[in-house]
Amino acid sequence: MSDHMKLYEVFLRSKRGLDHKHVGSLHAEDAQQALEYARDVYTRRSEGVSIWVVNSSDIVASQEDDCESFYDPHDDKPYRHATHYQLPDEVNNM
Amino acid sequence: MTDNNAKEIIKQYAIRLGDDALVQGHRLSEWCRNGPFLEEDLALTNVALDFIGRARMFYSYAADIDGGDYSEDSYAYQRDCRDFTNLLIHELPGGDFAFTMARQYLMDEYSLMFMERLCDSSDETLAAVAAKSVKESRYHLRRSRDWMLRLGDGTQESHKRLQKALGDLWGYMPEVFELDDLEQGLADQGIAVDSAALKGGWEKAVRATFSEATIDVPADDWSVRGGRQGMHTEYLGHMLSDLQFVQRAYPGQEW
Amino acid sequence: MTRVLTEAELEEKFQARIDAEEKIEPKDWMPDKYRKNVLRQMSQHAHSEVIGMQPEGNWITRAPTLHRKCILLAKVQDEGGHGLYLYSAAETLGTSREEMNDALHDGRAKYASIFNYPTVTWADMGAIGWLVDGAAIVNQVSLQRTSYGPYSRGMVRICKEESFHQRQGYHIMMVLMRGSDEQKNMAQDALNRFWWPSMMMFGPHDTESAHTAQSMKWKIKRQTNDELRQKFVDQSVKQAEVIGLKIPDPDLKWNEERGHYDFGEIDWEEFKQVVNGNGLCNRQRMAHHIKAQEEGKWVRDAITAYEEKKRQRADQAAA
Repeated sequence: MSDHMKLYEVFLRSKRGLDHKHVGSLHAEDAQQALEYARDVYTRRSEGVSIWVVNSSDIVASQEDDCESFYDPHDDKPYRHATHYQLPDEVNNM
Repeated sequence: MTDNNAKEIIKQYAIRLGDDALVQGHRLSEWCRNGPFLEEDLALTNVALDFIGRARMFYSYAADIDGGDYSEDSYAYQRDCRDFTNLLIHELPGGDFAFTMARQYLMDEYSLMFMERLCDSSDETLAAVAAKSVKESRYHLRRSRDWMLRLGDGTQESHKRLQKALGDLWGYMPEVFELDDLEQGLADQGIAVDSAALKGGWEKAVRATFSEATIDVPADDWSVRGGRQGMHTEYLGHMLSDLQFVQRAYPGQEW
Repeated sequence: MTRVLTEAELEEKFQARIDAEEKIEPKDWMPDKYRKNVLRQMSQHAHSEVIGMQPEGNWITRAPTLHRKCILLAKVQDEGGHGLYLYSAAETLGTSREEMNDALHDGRAKYASIFNYPTVTWADMGAIGWLVDGAAIVNQVSLQRTSYGPYSRGMVRICKEESFHQRQGYHIMMVLMRGSDEQKNMAQDALNRFWWPSMMMFGPHDTESAHTAQSMKWKIKRQTNDELRQKFVDQSVKQAEVIGLKIPDPDLKWNEERGHYDFGEIDWEEFKQVVNGNGLCNRQRMAHHIKAQEEGKWVRDAITAYEEKKRQRADQAAA
C-alpha cells in the first residue's frame, strides 16, 4: 500500500530479442518483493521472460519544460530516419 | 497382489494427494478479494490456482483408474466428509493472514521436499504431476518463507500473531509425517513418498527459518491426527457444504 | 526566446495536441479540470474493478466444477489486477492509492453501481461475465483511444486480458440453456435481473450527463454514453437469441431505418435509488472493502517495520 510501501516501475521483456518495455507500477517493500509481485501482477499470462523493477523515485525523467532543448535539435536531422530516403519499390524493403 | 488391486491402491493415494491440494487451494481461494493489499491478493490467488490445478491432476488420474463416468469433479463434489482423506492441517479455517502464511510456510517447506521425492516415483503419472508441482512449490516456499521473516521480525503485533498461529498449527504437523499401511506399502514399492523420512530435513529447515524470524519453536505437547482415515475436524463439513452446494442442490447436471 | 506562456496559451497548445490525437503524458502541462476529470474517471474505474471482485468472489467457493472454479478465480484475480493497473495509471497524476481509497470510503469517489446488485445464483456468474463485462468491454475498447497516455495504455492491456471474461460468462449461460428446466430458468432469471442494470452502466443519456461534453472535447471519453449503449444492445440481441434467452424488454425491436435496435426506457428512478445507497448490497460492499483494508493494516505495518530493521542492519554492517 502507498501508505507504507514503495512504488516500483515494472518493465517486461515479452520475448527474447526484444527490449524491456514499461508496463506499469506496483507497491512493494523491497526490490525482491517487487519482482515477485511483478510476476504475479503483470505476467499472469506468461507475458514476460524477464522482468525489471525500478524504484520509481530512482528514475530521472527529462522535464517537459526542457522538452524543446532536449528533443528539438534532433528534429532537424531527418536524414537519421530511414523514411528520409525514397528508394525504388524493388529495393524498398531495405 | 493383482494388478487391479495395485491400481486401486494407487488411486486411493492419488485421491489423498488430490484432497490435500483441493482443501488447501479452497482455503486459499477464500482470500481472493480479502488480501491485505492488492498485490498480495493477486499473489495468494495464484497460489490457490496452483493448488486447485494440482488437485485436478491427481483427481483426473484417479478418474482414469476408476474409469466409467468418473471425472475429477466426482471426487471433489460427490463425496462426504468421511470420504475425504486430506491432512487435517489443510481444512482449518484461514484465520488471519499470519495463520494462513504460517500454514503455507510449514506445508510449503514440506511440499517441496515431498514433490521432489515424488518426481522419482515409479508411477509415471504421479511423477509427472510432481515435476510440475516442484516448480510451483519452489515459488510458494520463497514467498511464504519471506513472510515468516517479515511477520516474525516485523512489529510486536505481527510477531505475536505469527507465534500464536504457529502454536495453533503445531499439533497438526506430526500427522503429516506418519504413514499408514497403504502409504507404507506404496513407499516400499517406490511409488509413494516415505514422508516419515522427510521429517528430519523439514525440522532443520523450519528451525532455521524460525530462528531468523525470531520465532520460538512451539511446544510438542499436543497432536491431532485422523485425516487420512476420514476423521476430520468440524470445519471440513462446512467447507464441503459450500464447495458442493450447487451440485448437491441440482444433481446430475452439466455446468 | 523563453517567454512564460499564459494560461490561455497553454490551454490552446494543450487542446491543439489533443485535436492532433496526441496523448497527454503525466508531466505535461494540463488544465486543472482535465487532471481532475481524468483522475475522477480513472479512480472510479479502478474502484469498480476492485469492488467488482466482491459479487463474483461471492461464488468462488461455490463454483459447481473445479474447472469453473479455476476460471472464476482467475477472472476475479484479473479484476484485481485491472484495478491495480488503473490505480497505477492514476498515481501518475500524483494521487496515491491510499488517498483514492480514502475518497472511496468517505463517499467522495464512486464505483459502478452495478456492483450493488447481489449475485444470488450460479447463473449470475454467467450474466455478469456476458453482460456486465460485455458492457465494460464496449466502454473500454473505446477508452483505448482516450487522450491520457497512462489510461490509454492501461486500457489496451485490460482489453487484451478481458476478452476471456465475457466469453466465459456467455459459456456459462450457454451450458445452462442446454440443461434442465431449472437451469434454463436460472439463466433467464439472471438475465432478467442483470439486463437493465447493465444498460445503466453506460450512465445517463447524453442530454443529462454532466461530464460528457467536456470529456468528449478533451477526448477523455471517445464515444458518448448513448452511442456505447446502442452498441451494447445491438451486439447482445443476437447473442441472447442464439442460446434461446429472451431480453426482458418488450420495446426491443430492429429499426431498419436507423440500422440499430430500438429499446425501451431505462428506469432512471431505480438507477438513482441504487446510486444513492438503496441497492441491496451498497453497504455490504463498502463494509467489506473497509474491513479488508483495516484487517490488512497490521500486515502492512509489519512490512514497513521489517524493511526498516533490515536497513538499519545493513547500515550497521557498513559502518
